[in-house]
Amino acid sequence: MTDAMIGLVALPLAGALATLLLPRSATAVAIGTGLATTVAAGLLLFGVATQGALHYEIGGWSAGLGIALRADGLSALLLMMTALVVLAASVYASAYFSTVSERARFWPLWLLLWTSLNALFLSGDLFNLYVTLELLGLSAVALASLGGKRAAVAAALRYLLVGLLGSMMFLAGVGLIYAGYGTLDLATLARVVEPGPVAWPALAMMTAGLLLKTALFPLHFWLPPAHASAPAPVSAVLSALVVKAAFYLVLRLWLNVFANVVTPAAANLLGVLGAGAVLWGSWRALQAERLKLLAAYSTVAQLGYLFLFFPLLLALPPGPTRDLAAGGLVMLVLTHGFAKAGLFLAIGIIQQRCGHDTIRELDGTAQRLPATTFAIALAGVALIGLPPSGAFLGKWQLLAGAVETGQWLWLVVTAIGSLLAAAYIFRVIGHAFGHRPYPNQPVTVAREEWPALLLAAMAALVLGLAGAPVWKLLEIGT
Amino acid sequence: MNWDAWLPVLVVASSLLPGLVIFFLREGSHRLRTTLNLVGAGLKLVLVGILIWGVFHEHVYESRLTLAPGLDLVLHADTLSVLFVTLSTVLWLVTTVYAIGYLEKAPHRSRFFGFFSLCVSATVGLALAGNLFTFVIFYELLTLATYPLVAHRGTPEAVRGARIYLTYTLGGGMLLLIGTVWLHVLAGPTAFVEGGILSSLPTAYHPQLKMIFLLLIIGLGVKAALVPLHGWLPQAMVAPAPVSALLHAVAVVKAGAFGIVRVVYDVYGVNFADQLGLLTGLGIAAAITIVYGSVMALFQDNLKKRLAYSTVSQVSYIALGTAILGPVGTIGGIVHLVHQGIMKITLFFTAGNYAETLGIHNISEMNGVGRRMPATTLAFTVAALGMIGVPPVAGFVSKWYLGLGALEAGMATWVMPVLVTSSVLNAAYFLPVLYRAWFRDPGPAWPAEHIPAARFETSAALLWPPVVTAMLALAAGVFAAAPYSPLEWATLIAHREYGL
Amino acid sequence: MLTTQVLYALAGCVIVALGLRGALLHASLLQRIVAINVMGAGVFLLLIAVAYRGPGLAPDPVPHALVLTGIVVAVSATALALALARRLHAEQGDD
Repeated sequence: MTDAMIGLVALPLAGALATLLLPRSATAVAIGTGLATTVAAGLLLFGVATQGALHYEIGGWSAGLGIALRADGLSALLLMMTALVVLAASVYASAYFSTVSERARFWPLWLLLWTSLNALFLSGDLFNLYVTLELLGLSAVALASLGGKRAAVAAALRYLLVGLLGSMMFLAGVGLIYAGYGTLDLATLARVVEPGPVAWPALAMMTAGLLLKTALFPLHFWLPPAHASAPAPVSAVLSALVVKAAFYLVLRLWLNVFANVVTPAAANLLGVLGAGAVLWGSWRALQAERLKLLAAYSTVAQLGYLFLFFPLLLALPPGPTRDLAAGGLVMLVLTHGFAKAGLFLAIGIIQQRCGHDTIRELDGTAQRLPATTFAIALAGVALIGLPPSGAFLGKWQLLAGAVETGQWLWLVVTAIGSLLAAAYIFRVIGHAFGHRPYPNQPVTVAREEWPALLLAAMAALVLGLAGAPVWKLLEIGT
Repeated sequence: MNWDAWLPVLVVASSLLPGLVIFFLREGSHRLRTTLNLVGAGLKLVLVGILIWGVFHEHVYESRLTLAPGLDLVLHADTLSVLFVTLSTVLWLVTTVYAIGYLEKAPHRSRFFGFFSLCVSATVGLALAGNLFTFVIFYELLTLATYPLVAHRGTPEAVRGARIYLTYTLGGGMLLLIGTVWLHVLAGPTAFVEGGILSSLPTAYHPQLKMIFLLLIIGLGVKAALVPLHGWLPQAMVAPAPVSALLHAVAVVKAGAFGIVRVVYDVYGVNFADQLGLLTGLGIAAAITIVYGSVMALFQDNLKKRLAYSTVSQVSYIALGTAILGPVGTIGGIVHLVHQGIMKITLFFTAGNYAETLGIHNISEMNGVGRRMPATTLAFTVAALGMIGVPPVAGFVSKWYLGLGALEAGMATWVMPVLVTSSVLNAAYFLPVLYRAWFRDPGPAWPAEHIPAARFETSAALLWPPVVTAMLALAAGVFAAAPYSPLEWATLIAHREYGL
Repeated sequence: MLTTQVLYALAGCVIVALGLRGALLHASLLQRIVAINVMGAGVFLLLIAVAYRGPGLAPDPVPHALVLTGIVVAVSATALALALARRLHAEQGDD
């Protein structure tokens, strides 16, 4: 199984180099790499499920200067989600980009992004995390600017500067931790970190930097323009995966490494910011005139839900109730990843067919592309949190946690947020009903529509109905 | 193969799978679509027959799927679920035939029948739900499946009506969800058990339980059209007649009422609910709705809108029956679930016939229609008389039991006037229509004659369903004492509920 | 006790603060890019201070590795930022 871990990093990296060297067969190489990497992710998930947490030291060098790869239930799940989303988006992208030069620039960066995501989820120490975080940021920015238009470049540049700011703060925190404890290994730190003049500022710096990267309200300003101007497959991965990587780090730091240090007050701060994200993001999504902006603001809102879990997790004593809530959080992460990716891919199809994605002028298009509209509807169901999506189970746990700990504010916020989400989703779906007859086949361009449909179906159906193993897997900790 | 565990799933699948296939069919494949629909409906009928026999003999049919720790999706067949499932299945079959005729040349039929089947699957799943968690899931699925049906025509009014529908039902659904989560935290998995499970909770929880009840009833009351949550119902009349028939007789409105019955009997337990003083509030809300709906119906000239307000009024009889403590009142409420369904669907079928055949939408255009369409109008008459409560049509039986139950429970002082007023009002808004249809002379021409009178007054697919359901309504009343009649089944439910 | 180590660390903090201020307040793109680099330099200085183990002893290599990595990252990121800024300038004569 350690081969799977190494493969997850090595395969996309090798693929990136290969596509760079063989621009004309780049697509084939990329898809092949994608399939292989997905298999590796599946093997890893299977390995973690059967053997428990996995650990590998590259080159035999022990922790300190060596690079350790670690996989537990959470990282294995996120790696699987990454693999499936990127694979589907890759199939989509093979049809989306039409010229060889576009493809030659796209595939190497795309596979580098995948490498950095995988490496981030597998990292076991802060040093490695910093490196992969940087790699992720750079490849994401480069991909976001691929559109070439002014708006895209400006948004990408803002994204880059904000990301750099965040990384510098993160690095400062890492330095402080090393000064205080002499180690960067996550597992070791989890045992030795105590509240004090070292841990507090370090956590604050690192969290601030990560919150910039995960676009938590009010630090979300860079996200809507960047995600809305990027090419469709890039937007999908940015919203579904890249911001989640930063969130994953916040989760790890707060729940594992700094578990003794975090206070309920700090968690409440995160909760309040999350509530702001939910309400503000949903409101802006409702007002959005373009589909991609709607989806981007929806991401801001959905990330807010994730942060609502923090005050709950801290108020619940360790035990089965807390594990239930944590599982709900991961379920929301997974569902949103698939749903948002599917949504962006479907929007990309619409944008390519009509040349625009203005919501008010959607009527004819929605009826000409039934499969795409259905994908949007499925993704929408998962974003609203209606059954049988995985998000329903996640929101259930959020509501249950709020009731259990008596923190009713989060319950109210969740309810309002869900209803606002229903408003902006059905605003779009309403355009699908009209007088025009449907085309004879529901699916027009298979390579573009099937990935969107499958991703949306994953979020709206599979995770909700077959999601029980998620809780079991999360019990496998480092 | 453990059939007992698979039967409930198969009942749901018998409409779900054909529905999913129908989505992918081309517009032109009428025969394949019709075959799939009818085969599915027939299969479901057979499976339900097995269910009825089994539940009567105290067989246990249960399917369980764990979605998350502590959250199980449970399909469980007990007497109450069998009642609703049978109603849904029989009426689905009839409505499918009707819809095939009604939508003869309309566009988007594959989409329509696809969502139609999904709607029935959701209803049946809701009926078979074995705990509140499963009920909530299918309740929301029902909303999702019915939205495209309301918006089907695609006109701005249809989309607007559908949006209003969605606002009400999703809002109600959220309240229902919050109440359910809260209950879960207090009492654990809320399985439906005859007699309720909450009476054993400590007294300190009682204020919370009252609050939860309020949330649940409001959430359910939206679909059950309790005043003032009924606003979506008249707006949803923009849907094609088969949809109105299905929504008002079987699916949405009944789902809300069914939910109220479940909550009072199988979650709280009727005695415990009475102890907490919850039944009085429910009864008052029901009474207000009954009278309000009937009054509003008087002022509607549009036939479907009049029937819509009539539904608002009539469905609350079920809630009223639930609020009356005692087996007799319970029987009245539960049997009305079936009776109102059959009678109302007949009325909507006939309204659809008038609109499709002659272009009649308003009552003022109905002069002399009895001469042109005698069979349809006869069906309308039977159903209308049933609504008023004239024996021997089924409606009389329900009202009789409700009145008797109120007397036995000592609530006669305010329930009887409500029943009487409502019957009088029903007569006031139905009898004039009947008079117009039979005894007035028709005008020079009908608004728009789409289907000229050939051998029968209208096409067979439009004619037979209302005739069949009218006969069923009559039979349910005349043969009420026969075994396996709705009344007998409701009596069985009440006995199992009260432990008699 | 103002040892050399503490002095370096404090200087690093001050430079970080200056860089942060510059990044947040300056309107011009180029100035922001430079400010972030300044901030980076401050963080590296902080790390170098952390690496000091005592007179005559070899410094701790781990923070040095961090600094080197950080420098590489900062250089690449700055290159990307400048390339994007140049593209923006070409499209609209912006700065």
